[in-house]
This record gives sequence, structure tokens and C-alpha cells, in this order.
Amino acid sequence: MPTVEVKNLVKNYGKAEAVRGISFSVEKGEIFGLIGPNAAGKTTTLRILSTLLTITSGSVKIMDYDLNEKPNEIRKIISYLPEDAGAYKNLTGRSYLEFIANFFNPSQKEKMIKKGIKIADLGERMKDRVDTYSKGMMRRLLVGRALMIDPKLAILDEPTSGLDVNNAQEIRKIIKNTAQEGTTVLLSSHNMLEVEYLCDKIALIDDGKIVEEGKPRDLIQKYNAKNIEEVFTKVVR
Amino acid sequence: MSSLGNIIVKEIKELLTPATFIPIIIMALVFGTMGSTMGGIEEELEDKPVIGLMNIDNDELSNLTASIFEENADVIFVSDKQKGLEDLREKDGVALIIIKDNFTSNIHKGIPGEIEVYWIMKGAGVLDSISSTVVEGLIEIVNTNITTRLISVNDSLNVTTILNPTFRNETTYFKDQELHGLSPGEISGILSSQSTFIPIIIMMIILMSGGMVISSMALEKENKTLETLLTLPVKRTSIVAGKIIASALIGLILAVIYMIGLGYWMQSFQVSDGINLADYNLVLTGTDFLLIGISVFVTLIAALSLCMLLGTMAKNYKSAQTLTFPVTILALIPMFMIMFKDFDTMPVALKGLLFGIPFSHPMMAPRALLFDDYLLVIGGIIYVTIFSLIMISIAVWVFKTDRLLTGSTNKRLSTIFKKRF
Repeated sequence: MPTVEVKNLVKNYGKAEAVRGISFSVEKGEIFGLIGPNAAGKTTTLRILSTLLTITSGSVKIMDYDLNEKPNEIRKIISYLPEDAGAYKNLTGRSYLEFIANFFNPSQKEKMIKKGIKIADLGERMKDRVDTYSKGMMRRLLVGRALMIDPKLAILDEPTSGLDVNNAQEIRKIIKNTAQEGTTVLLSSHNMLEVEYLCDKIALIDDGKIVEEGKPRDLIQKYNAKNIEEVFTKVVR
Repeated sequence: MSSLGNIIVKEIKELLTPATFIPIIIMALVFGTMGSTMGGIEEELEDKPVIGLMNIDNDELSNLTASIFEENADVIFVSDKQKGLEDLREKDGVALIIIKDNFTSNIHKGIPGEIEVYWIMKGAGVLDSISSTVVEGLIEIVNTNITTRLISVNDSLNVTTILNPTFRNETTYFKDQELHGLSPGEISGILSSQSTFIPIIIMMIILMSGGMVISSMALEKENKTLETLLTLPVKRTSIVAGKIIASALIGLILAVIYMIGLGYWMQSFQVSDGINLADYNLVLTGTDFLLIGISVFVTLIAALSLCMLLGTMAKNYKSAQTLTFPVTILALIPMFMIMFKDFDTMPVALKGLLFGIPFSHPMMAPRALLFDDYLLVIGGIIYVTIFSLIMISIAVWVFKTDRLLTGSTNKRLSTIFKKRF
């Protein structure tokens, strides 16, 4: 049973069609990357799977829960990291993680916070207010927040967006380790090197449709390209 | 296009949003409605006051007095006090004036002549007391004319009687209460503290707590925390209720502080200008204070749920400041209306408007309870509770749609109320 199963997903904003009948599935422990140009429908797809947006038509199943029927059940097993997410500025890093952990199983609370602190790796700065954090520190905290709950599905929108090389590398390692521990990861990225390094499988999305899908290595071979970036430019013109 | 023109066009495009214009349009409509009804009040005030007159003395100076009243007011001559009062109430009269027996002879003997005045007070607002002020002015004219008459006939009276030839024995009927020895002016004076300060305090509480909720929503969006919050395993109703309850608790603390202040305030004016309001049974009981507290609390919830709804439209903290504007207007309108007119004496359209604005009710409650008008207060509490529930339901619905994140919803009506969450 796949962790994510999307069938003929359509999302319209009024008359504008953001997602036009896409289908894909993601297996347990897999890192699945959605790549595509701006306004291709990546973030809309991730927001739908995160229960933030409603579906115009089609269906989405996450761990056998239908998104339309059981959004509250889905929220218990997923974790969403928006591209430009923030945290409550008057809280310290630790108290922010505590606030999030309070929504989940109380018996797991301390374990979650410990894991969040470990992933964020901010040391003593965890005791400082979030509004004193740099962009990199904030992103690490948010990645810690997203992964500390051991979600069945982690939905990460541009997880390394705006980060320097070192921070981005750290976060990629964390994502890879998380998937190895059994969490399924669905991410979007503009960084083709990141996608190639991280993803077991990718889907190229353009104008609301999936135009190509497969393992990065297979796609590189198929298009006789040097890397995914070249595949991208060949597919999405 | 010049650089200046380019910037002007860009700024105009940014400012031309529904959020800018809708509050102003609503305000213009409300003030337009108020203006037309206030115009009606002004016309009413330009009319001569209706008074009842009973001239028992029927002598030289009492006839002079009666003629002055006749010239300046619509006089209904009566022969029986009770019947006269009933007639006056029917004809929207201001006062029944009885010129007592021996009025003329007493004045000529150097004893001030007695005028009994039975005031029919309709309201304690600034505009309500204008008619009685006009009649009080007429009594002053009577005094001046009698003084002139006494001086012209070289009456050898003492100066005090010449200058003050009459004295008033007053009784005021106000909201089913008979208040001996008090004029409408004195009652208005005592109650004006409520007309002025209580609405201002209520308005401040509403604006402070309302601002908190709108800002909270705006900050969720500005700090990009809303999306994360909405993907956590928490029901939309819990998010809405949590924000409202938290602000309401802060608001409740404000309300308790307000109630304590009000208690001391009421005590301070129960003995005012030598008049003890307790003698007239004009005191708030424990039940009254409880009802005021409930009224303040449900109004606070109503204000917060309305603000929560407005907050969902906020794009950021800056736009949240604009969104407090409709709430400010809704708090200011009843505040001014209550200062100027009593609910009972307003035209039906204004009564409807005042009752419809949920923030009016705690502003009206103290005076209404002082005069045992429980129907208005309890009716208000029920109305405001229903208003709050409707606002909360709409806010929860907005949270369940795409509107919160995208500013629009593409859900069909048939699916809007489907219980999915």
C-alpha cells in the first residue's frame, strides 16, 4: 500500500486551473520530489496534501485515509513545512517545539521535543526567543519541528530555500536520515542538484500537469542528459 | 508617464481595494440613516412644548403666568391633576403646571407663590431634556414678568420676594418612577455620568480586545505561522474558539476591573448634590450587577467573533489596523446615540439600529436596570448571544474554506456546510 496515492487531482482557483488532473503515488520511506517551473502547481499540490486547500476533483489518499473524508486523521500523521514558514516570535525555540508537541500524543511529548532539539541543533540558542534567530537557524528549527513528530509523511516545500551551502547540506542529510528511519518524504525544490541527491523518484510538473515521472537515474538515461537539470530543460521548455 | 505620475498610479491601484472602501461605504450609509432620523428629532424640538395648566388661583398674577405659558407653549387646560397627567402623556406633554390657590395674594403678602410642576420625563439623554429646559425657561420668564409687575405697581415688598416671586414644588415621572423634589435637569445631571463614561469604557474594552484578535490573525499570516497551525491535528473550531476565548479572558479581566470601577462609581453618585438615589430606589442590586457583567461578557464575545471574522481578511499587521475601523464605528455609534437620547425616546429606526448593534447593550444596561427595564437587558443578552454564535459559525466556515489562505473560496454552496472537518 503506497503512503500517498493521488488520482486525477484537479484544483481550480475560480476560472484558473492550478492543477489539471495529476496522478502519482509515493511508497513508504521513499523521497519523492515534485519539480517544475514557477506556478507549475507544485505548492498547490503540496498544500492540498497538507489539508490546507480543498480539492476541486479527483482523490487523494494518505495511508489509506481519504483526504476529503478524514482530514483530521491525516493531520495526525503528516507534517508540513511551507516554503516561507515562520514561528511565533515571542516564544523561545524550545517553547515553540513544546507548543507543537502539545498537539500530539502527550506520552511522546518529551521524546518529540528532544528529537526536535537534536535536529535543529541550535545548542544554547534554543533558549533564546525565535525573533533573534537568523534565517538559517529559523529553518533548522522548523525542520526540527516538522520531523520531530515522526510523521508518516513529511511534506516539505523548498526545504532548503534561502539557506547557505552548509545549512542546506545539513538539512538534506537530516531529510535523508529521516527517510531511512521510515518516514515518507514528499518535497518540492527548484534546486536540481538537491533533487538528484535526495529523491528516489521525481515528477516533473508543468502547467498543472505531470509531464514526466521516474527515478532520477532512469530519467537522465532516457533523455541522454548529464543531470536532472538538463532533463528539466529538455522536458519543460 | 512621468515618475511622479507613475508612483501616483501605482499608489492609487494599491489603495483601491474593497477593504479600503467597504467600511467607509457602510459608515456613510449608517450616518445617512442617523442623519435622516436625527433631522426628525430636530423638527420635533422646534415645536412648542406641550404643557398642562391648572390655574386654581385664577387671579391677577396667576393669570399673567398663565398668559405667558399660553403664548410660548401649547397649553392644555385641565381641571383634574390625574386626568391632566393622563392627557399629557397621550399628547407627548412635558409637564403639568398647577398654579396653587392664593398664588397672587401670597406674593402680594411677600410670600413666594407656589407653582406645582409635575414633569413627564421621557429620557435622560442630552436631547431628551431640551423640552423640560424650555419649560424651565418659561418659568423664569414668568418670574421676570411678575417682578416687573411688582416693581411697576410700587409694591412695597421685600427685595427677595420681588426677585424670586415664585417657588417650584416639583415631582418628576420617569420610567414608571415618581420622584418627588427632583427636576428632569437634576435627574439628567446625575445620570449623565452614565451617559458619558460608561459607553466610553465599554467602547475601550471592545476596541482593546477586538484589536487583540484581529492582530493575532494578522500576525499568524505575517509571521507565516498560520499554514503550520492549520496542518496540525487540531479542529478549526478549536483554533477559532481558542483565539476568541484567550482574548475574551483578557477582556473579562478588563470587564471585572470595569465592574469594580463601576461599583465605586455608582456608590459615589448615589448621594449627589444632597440627593440620595437610594431614597428613590434607584440603586443597582447584585442581580443587576450580574446582568451587567453577563451583558459585558457576551458583548465581548460578539465583538471578538466579529473581529475574528475581520481578522481572517487581514493580510498583515498593517492591514489589521484598517480592519479595526468598522469595529470602532460600531462602538462609536451607540456611544454617541446613548449620550444624546434614551433608547425609549428614540424613533423606531434608531431604536432598531441601536438594538441591532451588539455593542449598544452593555452601554444601555446600567440605566435600564436602574429603572427595572429587565426586558431590554435580557433581550439584549439573548440577541448578542445569537449574534456571537452566528459570527463564530461564519468564522469557522471561513477557516474550513480556502478563503483564509487564498482570499477566495471555490467551494460550491452544496458542499459548504458538509461536515468534513
